[in-house]
Amino acid sequence: MEQSSRIKPPMGPDNGWWWQEVANDVLPIQRCKNCQVLRHPPRPMCDQCRSMEWDFVRAGGGGAVFSYTVLEHPQFPGYSYPIIIVLVDLEEGTRITAELVDCDPGEVEFGMAVTVRIQEDSDGFKLPVFYPVIAQEGE
Amino acid sequence: MPISMKNEAAIAGIGQTTYSKNSGVSELALACEAVSRCIDDAGISPSEVDGLVSYTLESSDEIEVAQNVGLGDLTMYSQVNYGGGAAVGLIQQAVMAVATGAANNVVVWRAMNGRSGRRMGQGASGVMMSSDLIHWSWYQVYGMLTPVSWVTLIANKYMHHYGVTAEHLAEVAIAQREYALNNPAAFGYGKPLSLDEYMNARMVSAPLRLYDCCQETDGGCALLITSTERARDMRQSPAVIRAVSQASTRGQEQMTSFYRDDMLSLPEMELAARRVYDMSGLGPDDIDAACLYDAFTTEVVMQLESFGFCQPGEAKDFVADGNLRLDGRLPNNTHGGLLSEAYIHGINNIAEGVRLVRGQSFNQPAKAEHVLVSSGVGVPTGALILGRD
Repeated sequence: MEQSSRIKPPMGPDNGWWWQEVANDVLPIQRCKNCQVLRHPPRPMCDQCRSMEWDFVRAGGGGAVFSYTVLEHPQFPGYSYPIIIVLVDLEEGTRITAELVDCDPGEVEFGMAVTVRIQEDSDGFKLPVFYPVIAQEGE
Repeated sequence: MPISMKNEAAIAGIGQTTYSKNSGVSELALACEAVSRCIDDAGISPSEVDGLVSYTLESSDEIEVAQNVGLGDLTMYSQVNYGGGAAVGLIQQAVMAVATGAANNVVVWRAMNGRSGRRMGQGASGVMMSSDLIHWSWYQVYGMLTPVSWVTLIANKYMHHYGVTAEHLAEVAIAQREYALNNPAAFGYGKPLSLDEYMNARMVSAPLRLYDCCQETDGGCALLITSTERARDMRQSPAVIRAVSQASTRGQEQMTSFYRDDMLSLPEMELAARRVYDMSGLGPDDIDAACLYDAFTTEVVMQLESFGFCQPGEAKDFVADGNLRLDGRLPNNTHGGLLSEAYIHGINNIAEGVRLVRGQSFNQPAKAEHVLVSSGVGVPTGALILGRD
């Protein structure tokens, strides 16, 4: 029962491609081929024009913290606590949910500039995490 | 002409089991006990029940409950999705059935071993495939496995923008705990909660602390919905359903509606508010008491704005001024709520709404002509207005 690594996403046609790009060290943002609108999380249909044709752009990785929380309890196997969870507004548009690393939980702030890094777990699984652009001095 | 749901039906029976942390019995046993007590409360025979509605999360099938309780012929049964977001949706299903004649006497219920059995937010791993599992996977992969981990991203944004502090949230938790002190069925019965205890409790998902979070409970609760006319001949005075609606809106996700332009309000709850005020012809000034869904303290604060009791950003002051107390503007969750009575996915909040309208609450306000009840927050939801006949 004990699980020593994070819960992996099921890889379906609507999301597996995204994780495959991440495994190639890319942060992808899905783009409607018809109207060019970006969307995240990935979905099969564009809610603006109902096109099911899409490709993706490579995010530059920069963004700003829109909201955050620090997970302390309960603690599940496979994760290291505390975990800072951030919603990041990406520079290209769209918002993504991810972990903030290299930051003291007391120093995360709304609007903080962050950038992405593709992190590799010990079991080889890769996922995007963000870190502060400038090391925050304690106030 | 569409069939009206206004005033057509009433809640005529409520039944509940003991609420505990370890029931020692099956969820089916809890369901049967709650349903049976509900039928007795209404004073009808089990054979008169011909409709059943529960939650998609329910583990007991309608026909199992029917066999055990000795129900008669069933002509309508359904389940509603989205956890606590289903709550008043069950009532809507029942009212539609009664108004159309699909069924005459509908029992709705939720029964769960929510503490000793499967607890909410334990994650699901990856062999099966569905849009729902893919949805959760975006969050589980980062360790967001619990409802509080999802809710707090919205709560923290709202708190930061409007200057909501831990003291404001503490007032929600403590006001409801003080109600629970008078409710023998409540977890919080005989267990006062001080501001110091609230503040010193462990941080769960910052900035939300332990007492910002609801209970985990083993228990069941059931309600009987029938026509207002039939309800008048039953044992209890009817809690007339003035209005009820489910509500889901653009950008809606289950707990993770993080991708809307701003996260300072609850658009689905605003839709629910418009729907029930329009249907009932009532407005916020007509609502005497409420059972606003309270899985987390911040949800109560935000809903005060959704339902028009305060302007955006002013709910914190409304709370701080004691308005959720018995002598305040809007006594809220007078049984203790999900925070301090029990977490039965909100159906126990509807039961308290019924008690308030009947005048049977353990904390009965001076006036409870109209009571507002809401479903789960941050999920497809709904609202219900109950009125005295």
